[in-house]
Amino acid sequence: MTALIIAEHDNVSLKSATANAIAAARRLGTEIHVLVAGCACSAAAEQAARQHGVDKVLMADARHYQGGVAENLAALIVSHARAYSHLLAAATTFGKNVLPRVAALLDVGQVSDIMDVLAPDTFVRPMFAGNVLATVRSDDPIKVITVRATAFEAVGQGGAAPIETIAPGPDLGLSRLLARELTHSARPELTEAKIVVSGGRGLQSGENFKLLETLADRLGAAIGASRAAVDSGFVPNDYQVGQTGKIVAPQLYIAVGISGAIQHLAGMKGSKVVVAINKDPEAPIFQVADYGLAADLFQAVPELISALGQ
Amino acid sequence: MKIVVPVKRVVDANVKVRLRSDGSGVDTDNVKMAMNPFDEIAMEEAARLKEAGLASEIVAVSIGPDTCQEVLRAALAMGADRALLIQAEAELEPLTIAKLLRAIVAREQPQLVICGKQSTDGDANQTGQMLAGLLGWPQATFASKLEIAAGSATVTREIDGGLEVVAVTLPAVVTTDLRLNSPRYTTLPNIMKAKKKPLDKVTVGELGVEIRPRLATLRLAEPPVRSAGVMVADVAELLAKLKNEAKVI
Ligand SMILES: Cc1cc2nc3c(=O)[nH]c(=O)nc-3n(C[C@H](O)[C@H](O)[C@H](O)COP(=O)(O)OP(=O)(O)OC[C@H]3O[C@@H](n4cnc5c(N)ncnc54)[C@H](O)[C@@H]3O)c2cc1C
Ligand SMILES: Nc1ncnc2c1ncn2[C@@H]1O[C@H](COP(=O)(O)O)[C@@H](O)[C@H]1O
Repeated sequence: MTALIIAEHDNVSLKSATANAIAAARRLGTEIHVLVAGCACSAAAEQAARQHGVDKVLMADARHYQGGVAENLAALIVSHARAYSHLLAAATTFGKNVLPRVAALLDVGQVSDIMDVLAPDTFVRPMFAGNVLATVRSDDPIKVITVRATAFEAVGQGGAAPIETIAPGPDLGLSRLLARELTHSARPELTEAKIVVSGGRGLQSGENFKLLETLADRLGAAIGASRAAVDSGFVPNDYQVGQTGKIVAPQLYIAVGISGAIQHLAGMKGSKVVVAINKDPEAPIFQVADYGLAADLFQAVPELISALGQ
Repeated sequence: MKIVVPVKRVVDANVKVRLRSDGSGVDTDNVKMAMNPFDEIAMEEAARLKEAGLASEIVAVSIGPDTCQEVLRAALAMGADRALLIQAEAELEPLTIAKLLRAIVAREQPQLVICGKQSTDGDANQTGQMLAGLLGWPQATFASKLEIAAGSATVTREIDGGLEVVAVTLPAVVTTDLRLNSPRYTTLPNIMKAKKKPLDKVTVGELGVEIRPRLATLRLAEPPVRSAGVMVADVAELLAKLKNEAKVI
């Protein structure tokens, strides 16, 4: 049995969630191959080859894999899939986009967002915003799986797997990437940060998020947000933590002006320590907070900043 | 241009579900049900395309038991012209749903299928991508903006790093993200009008799709509850706890 991990990368480096997906694959007890499909992607392939536990890297280098569009990638993956018992990718927007298409083309189901591997065919996955954990067994000949990155500690580097160049598949010409507007930040990645400071509707404006930025910088933290803060245009969409946004599990999660709706909790309940700052002592967020501070954030956050600055 | 919008009936997003005491499933007795929120967004988008003169007809489709007629009526009140119930008693897996939708696409010949990105009960996030794969159509998932031109669509997608813009040829499958639009509230006159719009029923068998589950659910459990900790009096106490007790800063 061999598992194939679909790497996520920007041609130069591997996205860290791929190392979490490799970690999940190691629990299957199979051999592990990694597919790096991109355009001028040898640096990413070399990085994949260094991940612990990887036995072989397959590299497909062609212009039409440049942006990682699902249609072309799925066709390539499907043409190699029959050699594998498992196909895995991280449950990022990339993995969620590509893998179900692959599964359908192979006429198999997909197990989404696994949090645990109990056996090579048996997995735990969340439903209902994480309020139900289902143990499911896949009876398909090829198991197609997306992996919740925060549930598996990333593998380290130090391996030296061989890289095999494979022929690219067809360019289907169905879809074309026109532009990418990526959010640039000097702060750590939201899903990898040890500390996350998140703001909600209570912040009232994008301008007021500067307060959280200052706090985050004092703590070396990443910034997250509730859906309400994103919908109101305070921060970009990729800040959203929750059931339908990003899943985070930092050492410390500080929720500021966030009420604690089910959908938000779904994205941060796995954090080690949760702090809530909310002026409403009845806010549901306090029910999951290790430390709750019932206070006006416009007072408490500046106080925190100045105390941390000392 | 005809648009098909698949709408699912799910537990209302504000309900915190509980398992039945024997763990056999989620307790849905007396629980409020609603249209999957992402499908409301899909319906809204279709309605706006029709109002803008870019779509000629909207067909809403739901797969499930007879109670799904509620969400179909809601879709009709939002602007769908016709509704189709594919009768199925059991909860079907996304692959089967996608195959049923493929059969509907073969009948209806739409240029666009707008799905939700995810159903908030199963949290699968699979159906739209699977349908696109089965049809050999392009897919534009997690859409926050949709522009239709002759023979193509330009879609802004919400991705982990920010946004990206893709151009897809039509016909295509689009799946909705939260920022695509804010669904309208249905008005009483529209609810009344919806009662007169056609709602047809078809069985899974009539569509020639075999139901073969690929996943066996072995166990359902509720996650361990995170218990509430302590309230602190002020910022100084909070920092002291974080430093000395939790040791996270
Ligand atoms: C399909 C669907 C998917 C969703 N997905 C997500 C998701 O992924 N992530 C997500 O977060 N939400 C999601 N939601 C939305 C979710 O249900 C809530 O609406 C949202 O999380 C609320 O955001 P909030 O806590 O910032 O706002 P509110 O609920 O309005 O809470 C604001 C809080 O700020 C506090 N506050 C106000 N002023 C101050 C002040 N000066 N000082 C201190 N506290 C203050 C208030 O007491 C209140 O508790 C989803 C909803 C649906 C239907
Ligand atoms: N039973 C169903 N009836 C109609 N549409 C559905 C059904 N299940 C899923 N869908 C569609 O597929 C989307 C994604 O669902 P899922 O793959 O289950 O997360 C939903 O938002 C709907 O548009």
